[in-house]
Amino acid sequence: MAPTEKRVRKTRDNQDRFERPGQFDKKERKRTKDRKLKANLKRLDKEYAQTVSDAAATDYLLPESSGYLEAEDEMEKTFKVRQSEIVGGVDVSTANKALDLKLNEFGPYYVNYSRTGTHMLLSGRKGHVASMDWRKGELRAELFLNETCHAATFLQSEQFFAVAQKKYTFIYDHEGVELHRLKQHIDVRHLEFLPYHYLLATAGETGWLKYQDVSTGALVSETRTKLGPTTAMTQNPWNAVMHLGHSNGTVTLWSPSMPDPLARILSARGPINSIAIDRSGYYMATTGKDKSLKIWDIRNFQELHSVENLPTPGTNVSISDTGLLAVSRGPHVTLWKDALKRGNAAKPCFGSMGGKSDRNTPYMSHLFAGNKVNNMKFVPFEDLLGIGHESGMTNLVIPGAGEANYDALEINPYETAKQRQEQEVRSLLDKLPADTITLDPNSLGMVDKTASSTRLSAKELSEITIGAEKQKKKNMDIPGVDVDTKSKNSGLRSFLRKKTRNVIDERKMRVQAQLDKEKALRQRKVKVQHNEISEDHKDLVGEALGRFS
Amino acid sequence: MKIKTIKRSSDDYVPVKNTQESQLPRNLNPELHPFERAREYTKALNATKLERMFAQPFVGQFGHGHRDGVYAIAKNYNNLNKLASASGDGVIKYWNMSTRQEYASFKAHYGLVTGLCVSPQSLTKNKTENYMLSCGDDKTIKLWSVNNDDFSNVRNDDELNTNGLIKTFDGEHAFQGLDHHRTKPTFVTGGAQIQLWTSERSKPLTNLSWGADNVTNVKFNQNETDILASTGSDNSIVLYDLRTNSPTQKIVQTMRTNAICWNPMEAFNFVIGNEDHNAYYYDMRNMSRALNVYKDHVAAVMDVDFSPTGDEVVTASYDKTIRIYKSNQGHSREIYHTKRMQHVFQAKFSMDSKFIISGSDDGNVRLWRSKASERSNVKSTRERNKLEYDEKLKDRFRHMPEIRRISKHRHVPIVIKKAQEIKKIELDSLKRREMNERRTAKNKPFVPERRKQIVGTVFKYEDKRPKRREEEEDVESD
Repeated sequence: MAPTEKRVRKTRDNQDRFERPGQFDKKERKRTKDRKLKANLKRLDKEYAQTVSDAAATDYLLPESSGYLEAEDEMEKTFKVRQSEIVGGVDVSTANKALDLKLNEFGPYYVNYSRTGTHMLLSGRKGHVASMDWRKGELRAELFLNETCHAATFLQSEQFFAVAQKKYTFIYDHEGVELHRLKQHIDVRHLEFLPYHYLLATAGETGWLKYQDVSTGALVSETRTKLGPTTAMTQNPWNAVMHLGHSNGTVTLWSPSMPDPLARILSARGPINSIAIDRSGYYMATTGKDKSLKIWDIRNFQELHSVENLPTPGTNVSISDTGLLAVSRGPHVTLWKDALKRGNAAKPCFGSMGGKSDRNTPYMSHLFAGNKVNNMKFVPFEDLLGIGHESGMTNLVIPGAGEANYDALEINPYETAKQRQEQEVRSLLDKLPADTITLDPNSLGMVDKTASSTRLSAKELSEITIGAEKQKKKNMDIPGVDVDTKSKNSGLRSFLRKKTRNVIDERKMRVQAQLDKEKALRQRKVKVQHNEISEDHKDLVGEALGRFS
Repeated sequence: MKIKTIKRSSDDYVPVKNTQESQLPRNLNPELHPFERAREYTKALNATKLERMFAQPFVGQFGHGHRDGVYAIAKNYNNLNKLASASGDGVIKYWNMSTRQEYASFKAHYGLVTGLCVSPQSLTKNKTENYMLSCGDDKTIKLWSVNNDDFSNVRNDDELNTNGLIKTFDGEHAFQGLDHHRTKPTFVTGGAQIQLWTSERSKPLTNLSWGADNVTNVKFNQNETDILASTGSDNSIVLYDLRTNSPTQKIVQTMRTNAICWNPMEAFNFVIGNEDHNAYYYDMRNMSRALNVYKDHVAAVMDVDFSPTGDEVVTASYDKTIRIYKSNQGHSREIYHTKRMQHVFQAKFSMDSKFIISGSDDGNVRLWRSKASERSNVKSTRERNKLEYDEKLKDRFRHMPEIRRISKHRHVPIVIKKAQEIKKIELDSLKRREMNERRTAKNKPFVPERRKQIVGTVFKYEDKRPKRREEEEDVESD
């Protein structure tokens, strides 16, 4: 009999892309005393290492390779290549995809794509909405709504889409039949659909962020941002957190289960124009009315790059699957490669910068002469950037923008109707609850080491809670008398203000008395300073008559 | 200028014909699979719910059962679908498990049948015949031939049957427990003493007893075939070695042992069912402690049996339930009960470990699934893959509160629920008392749960582990 072959586990050089966070520490395993647990953990670690190695090995077997645009010598600059040259240089099937629709009447247009990238949703500001299979050139639904349309998005598949209209938000089916009028979503300017949670998130003029579950029809959560009209919105595809931009320059991060933002980032000195997040959920790019472009690492909320002085304010920003950064300013569209990397050499710059090699010059650029870009979206799984502008929409060919190898069990651009139906049922079964949206999507199934119940022992915990009560009982939480502060800044004053409940109780009287005492002492101090009284002066009269006060 | 864009020809991905499978390329890059863990958790939760929805443990009962309680069940180790059962009125039935109908039913003994076993096929002449041994309170052991046609004309359960009876061995005392040697034509009986018999002779070969007034159970090891375990009415477990014809070890526990079963995979381990509501897992090489204690029953454990893989243990209890344990865990993973099932005296795994057979006081022999939600139909590869995937997910997230709650939830009869509550209060108070005693008395030793039931062993075990303190002291003195 042949000896049983032991599988060889190799450490591969591309392996760290496949590693999952939150793995068990080896040292910690050695510290555990439970032998059964130890053996089990050891086996798990081994299995994990094997799986990661195996997954990394499949990387070499991927059938497609991504595109590129490369200069052949020093003199050539990729950003000087025109679209017409690119379309002439690529194969026919790609050239056919460089769509250019002239729609002069109902613009400016807002363009959006389905998750598979097969369908395009156009919505003109003046009420023209069209859903189409853009590769085949088949129109699915066309609506003339006769009212303003601000945004539109496909829901779980290309079968349904939502349109943010003048007052309400509406849901239509693939033939354009109106299915729902979402009367709770008023004056919406931005729509986002969270595919794994089946949530439609809306925000707009009212400053409310609302989540509607499209599978059950329930309004899951509505939160008031308290920051005025929402000027920009996008979802983080990695953890489903919504990023909202506001007119005071902050970007706030929201989860439907929290009434307050998870984080606030001051990203511009004027209103935020647009936000984009890459698919790994690591980086965020924002443009503001103050002509700034900023790139953030949102894992630790640190600024990676800040470009403060764009010639004109960036109106739209977008990040492709491969990490290309696209920014539009009026008629201009500019793209950078490697802009999401750390270091000064990766900071996006304009022009050739006098031939300095360590500057990140644009990868590509395009000008819509006499036009204005309204919005832009990268087409999933294609080397295309869809641009909605004043007079229709255009697909720019951007080599190297799209993910070349799709996973058919996740999103399949070539799915049949049968597959789409099955996929929908399966994704509904695996629908994630709305309240699981957190900054770290992998926190599920982990022990929260920062929770006070695990961090502190029961004794410590009880001491804290009982201690606080005890302090209150003995009035130890009332601040002491401090003569040196100004009366406005007095700790007693703010304490009294905090506890204001329009009830005068013993506690309040005590604080008031303290405050009066402080005031008297302060006045005495002033008098001493002005030499009106000596330092050891005793107000004998006051002392004698004080008992009657 | 070098330009290349993604060139994906739809010819490669879209099937040309209806019958063709479409291409499903994979890309395992984690960035393409967001919410991996959350989605897996949801799948695990759904799988757990489905498992409970499909849980249907009871398959059916065998024929019309017995007229009296079933006190002995014997597996046929060579045949998947044959089973023998015997009841308190001396009737033995031989069953076809596939149809759940009886091959034969005959009165074998006056009074209780106390021991039953199907002898190994390899010992018979042409290796296809089956023999069965039974013993009873009427001081006889009977050897039966159990081939289908032997009992075709037996219709009367009131008179002793002689069809198919090959031989009768007469003893001096009522027998209790009977087991056949795996490879030799010898068998052993319990009772007032342990006797070793051979089928050729009508008198016992030897008497093996050591100490006990009454031996209630005897069991041969199926791997180390000359090892024999017995339980006595003096709360003892005695191990014998037939090669030297002598006992090798004896331990005494606080309460009586009702059943023994050897692990079919690990020859030196065996499990016993005890009167103190627990089953204990022992290593015959060191019986100073149990390897594991199986808790959860609220009355005496009447029978234990290992699954053929050695992974699981089934126990039958006087509390009218059957429980299934993983052999390396302390609490049951499953409890089976029905309204009509009375005190369960016998529970056995089928030889493919997919089913469990139980015999109870109400005279019925019942067939259960060992995995309540499993179905035995032929499955497609996709279905099987899905089930395996779900199994893995359930295992991965088994500690999550919601999943644990759903997978552990069982409806149990109110009597048992009450008994569990009362037992918990009792045990807690005992434990509390012990702790209080230990706090005040200085030299009260801590007795681990796995040693508590042991009163004493005959041969003491030396603790061969190095004693750390002494070593340290040595080092210091050096």
